[in-house]
Amino acid sequence: MEIIQVVGIGLIAALLVILVREQKPQFAFLITVFTGVFLFLLVIGQIGAVINVINELATRSGIPDVYLKTILKIIGIAYVAEFGAQMVRDAGQESIASKIEFAGKIFILVMAIPIINVIIETLLSLLPLGSS
Amino acid sequence: MEITAIFQIAGVGIIIAIMHTVLKQMGKEDIAHWITVLGFVIGIFMVIDVIAQLFQEIKSIFLFQ
Repeated sequence: MEIIQVVGIGLIAALLVILVREQKPQFAFLITVFTGVFLFLLVIGQIGAVINVINELATRSGIPDVYLKTILKIIGIAYVAEFGAQMVRDAGQESIASKIEFAGKIFILVMAIPIINVIIETLLSLLPLGSS
Repeated sequence: MEITAIFQIAGVGIIIAIMHTVLKQMGKEDIAHWITVLGFVIGIFMVIDVIAQLFQEIKSIFLFQ
């Protein structure tokens, strides 16, 4: 029943943030960041188990390793960008947060370029007019 | 890394707030500001450890490094 732990930690952290924010907003921000990281570290073990299973399935079905790696990297980039953007948004800097999200999108696009290339090449080899 | 660190950070914040108020009443504003900065640095050191751990985990799980 880890979900009860998670909810309890969230409630306690929210209470502490409300308590501290009136006097010292900096510490409220620190508590927010710490709680976010802590909650993610609680569940990252489970994510690792799931990804191991997916990895094994992929190797067994003979999918090239590159595709799975790319997808996992994209998930990682998306998570880090989302985390950073939310933290910055909590601190009240909406514009910096949207720039972080933008950078995350660009990096995901760059990661996806080899896959897009493969798709386009497959399509061209299927089409008869590509060879003429 | 444990959940008690949340209470530690909140405690540091409350204590710093009290010290700030007392020092302000005594008329030592500059010392009060330095104490706020010091407390904030202590808190940052606590949080930075956890953030480093988070990035390490993300790297090892998602990015295969």
